[in-house]
Amino acid sequence: MVKNRIVKDRLAQGVMFSLTIVAILFVVVMAIGLYLKSSPVLEGRSLFSLLTSSVWKPMKGEFGFLPFIVGTLWVTFLAILISFPISFLTAIYLTEYARPVVRKFVFPALDILAALPSVIYGVWGMLVIVPWISNHVAPHFMEFSSGYTVLAAGIVLGVMVIPLLVSLFIEVFTSVPAELREASLALGATRWQTTKKVVLRKTLAGVLAAVVLAISRAMGETIAVLMVCGCVIGIPTNILESCYPIPALIANNYGEMLSMPLYESALMFAALILFAVVLIFNLLSRIILYRIESREE
Amino acid sequence: MKISKSKRIEEAVFKVLMWVAMGIVFAFVFSVIWTIFSRGVKAMSWDMITKLPGGGFYIGKEGGFLNAIVGSLYIVGASTLIGLLVSIPVVFYLNVYRKKGSRLAYVARLAFDVLFGMPSIVYGAFGFTIMVYFGLRASLLGGIIVITLLIIPIFIRSMDEASRNFPRDILDASYALGATRWETLRVVVRQIAPGIATATLLSIGRAIGDAASVMFTAGYTDSIPTSLSQPAATLPLAVFFQLSSPIPEVQDRAYAAALVLTIIVLILSIGGRFITNRFSKNKL
Repeated sequence: MVKNRIVKDRLAQGVMFSLTIVAILFVVVMAIGLYLKSSPVLEGRSLFSLLTSSVWKPMKGEFGFLPFIVGTLWVTFLAILISFPISFLTAIYLTEYARPVVRKFVFPALDILAALPSVIYGVWGMLVIVPWISNHVAPHFMEFSSGYTVLAAGIVLGVMVIPLLVSLFIEVFTSVPAELREASLALGATRWQTTKKVVLRKTLAGVLAAVVLAISRAMGETIAVLMVCGCVIGIPTNILESCYPIPALIANNYGEMLSMPLYESALMFAALILFAVVLIFNLLSRIILYRIESREE
Repeated sequence: MKISKSKRIEEAVFKVLMWVAMGIVFAFVFSVIWTIFSRGVKAMSWDMITKLPGGGFYIGKEGGFLNAIVGSLYIVGASTLIGLLVSIPVVFYLNVYRKKGSRLAYVARLAFDVLFGMPSIVYGAFGFTIMVYFGLRASLLGGIIVITLLIIPIFIRSMDEASRNFPRDILDASYALGATRWETLRVVVRQIAPGIATATLLSIGRAIGDAASVMFTAGYTDSIPTSLSQPAATLPLAVFFQLSSPIPEVQDRAYAAALVLTIIVLILSIGGRFITNRFSKNKL
């Protein structure tokens, strides 16, 4: 009887252990799979030329990813520029100032922002942001703009990133012990001074890690960006031009790629770029965040 | 005196800025919801959610998008089930079988956090190559596989968070009574049940709204799939494809589909928050 129970326990342990290992290995499998699939396009072309060439002629076998990379960087940068101050101030208010009642209203709002699917943001962007840019923003700077621009994609992405940033910031700020704040307040510092000189100083690394995570999230967003970015191949020179970020490139061309192995390989290479950047960014920032968390305990 | 005055001003300025920031957040929430509802309600009708696309559907004639609703439910239902079956053991293993500060648990959490941050388009691309490798075409099965892979990290992360907060003393009490770790799981399940429920709602919300991953793996069709090898339509793709049509009536359907999707996601989100709140009230 006792033996039976112990066997059961061991068996369960074995199964759970293997499941965990398989799940961990999935990251590795994904990397290998994407690399193997993208190896044809890497043959005969240097990594450097793929990343820095701006000639995109799949029919002639020329794959320059620069326009897409620049497009991704523009959109991501803009998204962070918009979402950072909003999320930062909101998170500070929620952790340092707000009474529980306020949190009861703000958290559900953030929940909703976090829960809305990408495609819904895309619809919102097309109905609200794109016409706004086309009718009210662009006319100040140029003759005509359809509104499907870097700016539109940046705004939509920025809004999508807010809930993630706020929740990460809150996690980071609450890791600062209350005693430190009390000591500062007792010395006559105001709330803001305490935040600035105590909380922020203690959490600078965490704030950076949160931003890096948000960057990697923004880079990979597909459908919403695809719907508002304009999808014109070219290096945008200002935020009122169309762009074509990497995820949009993959999503838009997937269907037709099967007929051309090299094209498929190029798109897989695009996915590999995304994978690599997200992997590195996530590893770095998560390790920093774990440190902060364990310091708290 | 001068210093104290300037610090008061600074305090006031930043307080106002914070209020503005929160106001902007609320404005965004309101704007998105209002846009989807006001546009969607106009286009909504009973036919939309009870009928399949008719013959002239894509030139603006009769029919609805029942195919997408059912397709989404199939994919989400199946992958949620499989996701739970895989992630519950992993969470238990990390929290009960492994000691605190275990190296493996650290690596595992890191891996799941990385997977959690992976863009769904990468899942889609990867899933598609796997399917091609096994000779599968865009199908219900493909969609289920990819969505399952996509939501497992979400499941694990949110359940892990719930189980990390639960009191370790309960484990010791159970061991002291002579229970094995496997038998102790029953106690743990009862403790983190609300966490599992919240995680499930969260995952369903992510699964039902994700378009990029099912685009190539599940495909799109006008009929309801009757077997795993047939392609399946999904709600987010119904929005996406119909919105790219130049015909206003077809676009209207996209807005109606967007409304349905939003309502589902809102219910899930509010439900999740409700469970979390009740749970934290009863916490030891």
